[in-house]
Amino acid sequence: MPQMNLAEALIDGLIWSLRADPRATIIGRGIAGHGPEHAAEDRLKQEFGSRIIDPPTSEAAVAQLGTGAAMAGARPFVHYGTAVFAYEAWNQFINEAANIHYMSNGQLSAPVTFHLFHGIRGGGGPQHSGSPYAMYANNPGLEIVLPTSPRDAKGLMRSAMASNNPTIVIQNAQLLGLTEDVPAEDYSIPFGKAVVKRDGRDVSVIACSRSVIDALEAADILEKEGLSVEVVDIRTLAPLDVDTIVASVEKTGRMVAVDETYEICGVASELIASVVTRAFSALKTQPVRVGRPMTPVPFSPPLEAAVNPGTQKIVDACRRACKR
Amino acid sequence: MNKALKNAGGASVDGRLLLSMHRTMLRIRHFEETIRRLAASGAVPGLVHLCAGQEATNVGIIAALEDRDFIASHHRGHGHCIAKGAPVEGLMAEILGKASGMCGGRSGSMHVIDMERGNLGTNGIVGGGIPLAAGAALAARARGSDDVCVCFFGDGALNQGLLHECMNMAAIWKLAVVFVCENNGYGEFTAIDDVTAGPSLPGRGEVFGIPSEMIDGMDVQAVYAAARKAVDYARAGHGPSFIICNTWRFGGHHVGDKQEYKDDEETRAWRLRDPLLRSAKALSAAGIVSEEAIAQMEQDAISEMAALADGVRNGSEPAAQTLLEHVYG
Ligand SMILES: Cc1ncc(C[n+]2csc(CCOP(=O)(O)OP(=O)(O)O)c2C)c(N)n1
Ligand SMILES: [Mg+2]
Repeated sequence: MPQMNLAEALIDGLIWSLRADPRATIIGRGIAGHGPEHAAEDRLKQEFGSRIIDPPTSEAAVAQLGTGAAMAGARPFVHYGTAVFAYEAWNQFINEAANIHYMSNGQLSAPVTFHLFHGIRGGGGPQHSGSPYAMYANNPGLEIVLPTSPRDAKGLMRSAMASNNPTIVIQNAQLLGLTEDVPAEDYSIPFGKAVVKRDGRDVSVIACSRSVIDALEAADILEKEGLSVEVVDIRTLAPLDVDTIVASVEKTGRMVAVDETYEICGVASELIASVVTRAFSALKTQPVRVGRPMTPVPFSPPLEAAVNPGTQKIVDACRRACKR
Repeated sequence: MNKALKNAGGASVDGRLLLSMHRTMLRIRHFEETIRRLAASGAVPGLVHLCAGQEATNVGIIAALEDRDFIASHHRGHGHCIAKGAPVEGLMAEILGKASGMCGGRSGSMHVIDMERGNLGTNGIVGGGIPLAAGAALAARARGSDDVCVCFFGDGALNQGLLHECMNMAAIWKLAVVFVCENNGYGEFTAIDDVTAGPSLPGRGEVFGIPSEMIDGMDVQAVYAAARKAVDYARAGHGPSFIICNTWRFGGHHVGDKQEYKDDEETRAWRLRDPLLRSAKALSAAGIVSEEAIAQMEQDAISEMAALADGVRNGSEPAAQTLLEHVYG
């Protein structure tokens, strides 16, 4: 099995998608980012150069162009780079793409994939560190995919490109270098299937995106203190696999929800609500929420670190949930 | 190839003004060089975009403004801040995220705001400053003032719908805005011609009835002359103008970009058009100052900026308890 980093795996998933479906096209460049993994994009350019276009900086129009193309039978993959640039296309994501199927009474769908890099990346400051997926999740009609490993990235990308719905594939740019063995052949991973990344007995950490990696690190630290932490990666926020989450919390009896979006109306809040409203009696202790505090992301490195819901905050939250 | 015009002769300005513009350009050049070194040594968080090569567009435009006038800048904005009078130590400290930075280390290079000097800020979003500038001009009109507002943006922003929407509004309401496009031929790693249609960039302003011209942005005198006209026109209540300054960034899109997408010949040709060489030559040719004095000015700029680096670098970080300050006013 070849080793791939997450960027290479994403590209591999895209390549399989373009091979499988002649309607698939690419709008955008820098799909593997502009960091050390950027060269992963070369394979895509070599095999499918004629199906890639490099758009001007016109995010709103590009989003809706992608949506229109999708409505008319194409399967565009639209790359934005830093997620905040897609704020320019808010209406196009939310009010157009997401509503098309419903408004047409099912006549039409908009199978467009939007690809974004989110999150605190080091010196991004208030305008380049946004993690908009909780805001997207507040709108029906969009599928939201958050790959955290190379294997998942490839299989989920394949499903995104095959999906009939507008789909947002959004990942923390700092995960692009994660490396593991990835099957060389074509495969997909279905949406709505969370995965238990680590088995544990004492507390369930339910997480997505970057926070999954931090939670696994926190679990290692807590293991040395004798706490057994289960880590669940939701993988897709919409659809959300509540069954797997609830099953984990029923097993451990304690819950920490952690995610990089804001604490208020963020992903962690929704995760807790979905457990509390379905399995309240399974909880032995009050669930703990870890998210970004309600401040723009500051530029200064120490202040930036203070808003990041990283490993240490997860460790502390698990101790609280377990009354340690 | 860039849609650049060859220099069309160049207007001449008052000797004292030229001297002061030259000095400001030198200070910007060496400020940027100091930032480049700091960034290369890992002292600058995130990505930093330098304006070396574009000093004439920064300085020539802002020299035509009064202190009370406004500017809105973009991600390549240190030169605008300095030309508008920003304290260089505070600016450098902001770029390093320090507590003594102009925005307390919250904003970094891409969001420096300096209201004391009418600077609505550098901006991390392509085209972000354009509506802010139009808004500032609207506010000036509402308070019965003839303050002028300049917005700077790159060629990349030419294709943002917001620019055209704002040009339309500025024209119908005769807002005192000067739209200044610093056309350095590339938006990130993409050449302007690959993403920008049409035979005429000024045409993009002319369709709204906005006086529009394309000038040599490497010639500070030509830039000043165009700005003088546009600023006077705006202040007199006639409305917006559009100036496209053809220029070149000597460095990459950000520090660390190796510029493999640029043609070496083109780079060499633009290097010869360095705006500092040009104004130095004009100063000595006109006998305004001696070549020795010009060299001394450059030494002074180098010393001024280099002397700041260590102090700023060792400055204190913002305190953790300030984190939630200023989220609401
Ligand atoms: C809305 C938005 N889209 C994309 C970006 C990413 N980006 C940063 S700078 C840049 C290129 C800007 O080019 P230009 O306007 O020509 O300015 P230059 O960098 O050449 O000075 C892009 C696309 C952004 N900051 N904002
Ligand atoms: Mg440019």
